[in-house]
Amino acid sequence: MMRFRPRSALLHLVLFVGALVTLLPLGWMVAAAFMQPGEANSLPPHLVPADPTLEHFRALFTRLDFLRNLANSAIVTTLATLLSVLVNSMAGYAFAKLPFPGRERLFKSLAAALVVPAQVGMLPLFLLLRELGLVNTYAGVLVPYLASIFGIFLIRQYALSVPDELLDAARIEGAGEFAVFRLVALPVIKPILVTMAAFTFLSAWNDFMWPLIVLSDSSMYTLPVALANLVGEHVQDTELMMAGSLLTILPALVVFLIFQRIYVQGIMSGGVKG
Amino acid sequence: MSSGLARKKARAAWWFLTPALVLLALFFVLPVAAGLLLSLTDFDIYAVGDPSVARFVGLKNYAHLLSDGTFWRAVGNTLQFVLIGGPLSLAVSLAAALLLNEKAVRLRGLLRTVYFAPVVTTLVSVAIVWRYLYHPRYGLLNFLLGQIGVDPIDWLGDPNWAMPAIILLAVWKNFGYNMLILLAGLQVIPRELYEAASIDGAGPWRRFRHITLPGLAPTFLFVSVTTMIGYFQVFAEPYVMTQGGPLGATRSLVLFMYEEGFRWWRMGMASAVAVLLLVITLIGTLIQLRLDRREA
Repeated sequence: MMRFRPRSALLHLVLFVGALVTLLPLGWMVAAAFMQPGEANSLPPHLVPADPTLEHFRALFTRLDFLRNLANSAIVTTLATLLSVLVNSMAGYAFAKLPFPGRERLFKSLAAALVVPAQVGMLPLFLLLRELGLVNTYAGVLVPYLASIFGIFLIRQYALSVPDELLDAARIEGAGEFAVFRLVALPVIKPILVTMAAFTFLSAWNDFMWPLIVLSDSSMYTLPVALANLVGEHVQDTELMMAGSLLTILPALVVFLIFQRIYVQGIMSGGVKG
Repeated sequence: MSSGLARKKARAAWWFLTPALVLLALFFVLPVAAGLLLSLTDFDIYAVGDPSVARFVGLKNYAHLLSDGTFWRAVGNTLQFVLIGGPLSLAVSLAAALLLNEKAVRLRGLLRTVYFAPVVTTLVSVAIVWRYLYHPRYGLLNFLLGQIGVDPIDWLGDPNWAMPAIILLAVWKNFGYNMLILLAGLQVIPRELYEAASIDGAGPWRRFRHITLPGLAPTFLFVSVTTMIGYFQVFAEPYVMTQGGPLGATRSLVLFMYEEGFRWWRMGMASAVAVLLLVITLIGTLIQLRLDRREA
């Protein structure tokens, strides 16, 4: 038997009540998504559906073409993840392992650019993409996600730990610089690439403002844009909106739970090293 | 190292950097620079059709904004969000990190995951969820408050409550992120320091004051600057929950910019708003860095 310690009991009480409060909004969303129409507006509020139904999910996929939006989100997010990992890992590796004149200065100016809010460039970017015929296309949504200063930093930080001897050994055996990168450096920095991929996936999946601006056709909308659009017409259909919200959150939550350890480590190391 | 190898590496570096630099130049640096220029023009819905009709108007957009009550209201709303929401969110993050860092905590991993879960959720989705939680009659929040005798609050319909309601959502959604970073900061403070202080007779408060706080200071500065920069850009919450209302009480700067630019197509004016957002963000960052230097 454990000895009862008041201090420890109080600590755990606070922590678990906190966890409950944190989960309550999400728990209610899940419950309401399966309720009969109108049940989410009962008093006292229900926390469990009295007679669970899949009706709202059916409505989303048949009547409201949510499958299309789900596909849009999946395509955009997958492409963004793959391309950004490629582009940023090459740049991060160069900053860490390939000295060239002016490297520190270039790195510092990128760091300074981090304080510039993305919104400052959004209006001209929209006009530019319109000229290029990329408004209302997947490419138009993708473009701002591809090169990420933050991603380059993250990868550079990690790539610094790749031993130079390892790279030089490959060079002595006659490997070209790209082969050195692909065959020697990439396997060593793989953990950070997975982190980077999880980061990009989640931010691209959840992003709202840019897709809202660049997509004009509801058949091109990603899930968050479709959902924000839906709430305008269906604000009274609480249960339907909760089903849509759940559907939008679920893939992000699943990806997070799968890559949790790696993702959390990425945030923790990125923050402390600053 | 031979200079031939150094040259080879330098050449390779540029090949590796080119894709990222071209993308950043084309889709970030160029638009930001163009935004500065655009803010000096009267680019409007006619210019969207035919850009050649846009004219250079100097600082007229800025002069207009600085005398526009709606703009100042948006500045005020944004500052309210940053100055109340930011510290509140940091306080919750710090409290959660300190509690989770206690040696006695069981199920630490599970608790950490739960606290972090809102961070990975889709903002639009949870803003909609909270919209219903805030429902004056059927919302869970008013029901729970009613249980302890609090009268129903019209969270999103009352101009005095709408911004606090949005701040509450934002704190719930975001605190887990800074909590993780602070937790990492706490873990690099050497345990021996605490042990040595205990031997010297320092109580919990003095250990917190003289070891934890100074040890955490660099991390805390980092998270407070990044949090503030992020909070200045609040957009989706008011867009989804209140459309900037009631009576403009939740119209943030970015929402104002969005409306000017993409609803009314006054892109010159909207760019001026964006530039002012940048200026305000820079001032905020500098103040924060200065404050920190004085404390250090």
